[in-house]
Amino acid sequence: MSRRSLTLLKNLARNANGSGIQTRSVTYMPRPGDGAPRAVTLIPGDGIGPLVTNAVEQVMEAMHAPIFFEKYDVHGEMSRMPPEVMESIRKNKVCLKGGLKTPVGGGVSSLNVQLRKELDLFASLVNCFNLPGLPTRHENVDIVVIRENTEGEYAGLEHEVVPGVVESLKVITKFCSERIAKYAFEYAYLNNRKKVTAVHKANIMKLADGLFLESCREVAKKYPSITYNEIIVDNCCMQLVAKPEQFDVMVTPNLYGNLVANTAAGIAGGTGVMPGGNVGADHAVFEQGASAGNVGKDKIVLENKANPVALLLSSAMMLRHLQFPSFADRLETAVKKVIAEGKCRTKDLGGTSTTQQVVDAVIAKLD
Amino acid sequence: MTMAANLARRLIGNRSTQILGADSSSGAATSVARAFCSSSTPITATLFPGDGIGPEIAESVKKVFTTAGVPIEWEEHYVGTEIDPRTQSFLTWDSLESVRRNKVGLKGPMATPIGKGHRSLNLTLRKELNLYANVRPCYSLPGYKTRYDDVDLITIRENTEGEYSGLEHQVVRGVVESLKIITRQASLRVAEYAFLYAKTHGRERVSAIHKANIMQKTDGLFLKCCREVAEKYPEITYEEVVIDNCCMMLVKNPALFDVLVMPNLYGDIISDLCAGLVGGLGLTPSCNIGEDGVALAEAVHGSAPDIAGKNLANPTALLLSGVMMLRHLKLNEQAEQIHSAIINTIAEGKYRTADLGGSSTTTEFTKAICDHL
Repeated sequence: MSRRSLTLLKNLARNANGSGIQTRSVTYMPRPGDGAPRAVTLIPGDGIGPLVTNAVEQVMEAMHAPIFFEKYDVHGEMSRMPPEVMESIRKNKVCLKGGLKTPVGGGVSSLNVQLRKELDLFASLVNCFNLPGLPTRHENVDIVVIRENTEGEYAGLEHEVVPGVVESLKVITKFCSERIAKYAFEYAYLNNRKKVTAVHKANIMKLADGLFLESCREVAKKYPSITYNEIIVDNCCMQLVAKPEQFDVMVTPNLYGNLVANTAAGIAGGTGVMPGGNVGADHAVFEQGASAGNVGKDKIVLENKANPVALLLSSAMMLRHLQFPSFADRLETAVKKVIAEGKCRTKDLGGTSTTQQVVDAVIAKLD
Repeated sequence: MTMAANLARRLIGNRSTQILGADSSSGAATSVARAFCSSSTPITATLFPGDGIGPEIAESVKKVFTTAGVPIEWEEHYVGTEIDPRTQSFLTWDSLESVRRNKVGLKGPMATPIGKGHRSLNLTLRKELNLYANVRPCYSLPGYKTRYDDVDLITIRENTEGEYSGLEHQVVRGVVESLKIITRQASLRVAEYAFLYAKTHGRERVSAIHKANIMQKTDGLFLKCCREVAEKYPEITYEEVVIDNCCMMLVKNPALFDVLVMPNLYGDIISDLCAGLVGGLGLTPSCNIGEDGVALAEAVHGSAPDIAGKNLANPTALLLSGVMMLRHLKLNEQAEQIHSAIINTIAEGKYRTADLGGSSTTTEFTKAICDHL
């Protein structure tokens, strides 16, 4: 009797040895030919973009992932996305991108926004969660912010009425609000999430955000097992810094989504670690989740201290999107182990490593 | 503001020139008109107790102010039950006239229903009284621990235009447009106030928050105005921060910011975010500055109908707003007294209301503050 309990205890101890052993889940059965290498468009971008996309390339190489990158050089100062890049993305359907610097106040429209509009990437998703081993002020954070990506305040319709008076149009349509609400609830359903919160300011912008809320409520009725509630954006930001554990999936119009995503990313560890992507009906573009100053400071570029974790986790999301789950799992586990250990961290996480050191550590931890 | 100064001069003759001469350099419409009030002549101030917990916390303020010997006579006004045609809302014309007359007021929480047809009460006050700047100081209260200990910043928000112009319409079924308006005049006004505030309160840095990389003309105009004003104050550092970057920095390291100036919507969100950093709306004071030296201090939390009448409400926000009002009236001594009393009461921890984790009632908390005076 005691010998049996001894072996039981030994097994328990082995399984409880968290970061070491990964128990395999029931296997994913691919279709024949799924292992053929997929082409992915790669846009290194500006600032820290080339550094972090290079990191992803190295890790993919090391894993022998069935991916090959078609690299294109695009910079934020260009007035339009080059047509060959758009061709490539349309052909490959998946793109990985570093940040494109948007000049402030000038006459050039942001390339990031242009890309989203042309490919109709209507949903932007940012996953903000506490990484084990990374100390932050807030615990139990696991928020997914789904943000409408094409209209709202980013319609780009501004004009000067008379000198000194400028108007900007915020456009909300039922069509776009409905499809983002549908995407959010579908996401929650497919990922076993329990709650969807709509963020709005309908007490002031009654018609515009009112229309957004109406669409969300209609879609919510079709998913009775998912709890739905609404919160005003200023209260939302306050609750995020006070009690972030109450939020699960959040669906928001364009501008609020930007703020909420960045706030949530900040409380969970910073822009350096949050993965995210933009998805449309036919295409998907993966990039660093929260895009606050997404090209980083010049000093970070010079010293090669950019944090590649965010883009590495986004590329894991991309691998899952391409239906290569075990590669995604391996990459994610390696990255999480490196963060949990705490020896190799870049400056924004409180360490002193360079990008390359983190990449090497991740490659070393790949099994 | 010169009109107010002339009025003051005429009312009290030569003595005023001595007092007013000292701060004739301060350009903004702050408290030039009030400089002549000595501590014996009472100042009339309008008081809007508001809805829900409003009346209880207003009582609290009145008690503390009387105990501290503040020379203020309150003129109370309540929100009506039907829409006044002259103001298009439930606030009566008389209430607004009262504030215009007294030039100073204190407002409790008023409820805004979501999605109805009339103007929101707060928006009515702002538009009618031309309250162009909302000032909200946020600092970590010593003794009340939150996740952030080193917050000490002031948010100044443009209060009249921007996204809250209320101009929306349905283009066709299923397509709605909402107008965001930015004017040079309003942006210059709030930028002037922000820099003046920074200078008079010894602040070193002013940051303008914007999203001009996307909204190039509107936020671009706001930034241009801020830059123009910044040139007049070379001793104050001026910087511009994109709003998403600002949110990120605020939650990671709020000590980076000092004075923040921003248009309406961003100001709303950021000021509530900062309130969350220091402990919530129950502790946050705020003051609205209008043209001609009008100052309306208000408690920004909601009316909390679920605890109304139960003697559970936290009067700190309204009390601290009252302190801001006193400072605006240059009654600095009493302002300091009351401020320290509040801070000490909270720091001690013996008397705290339910939202701060204690179990005192409103009246017990008020009594504790009076005892500390």
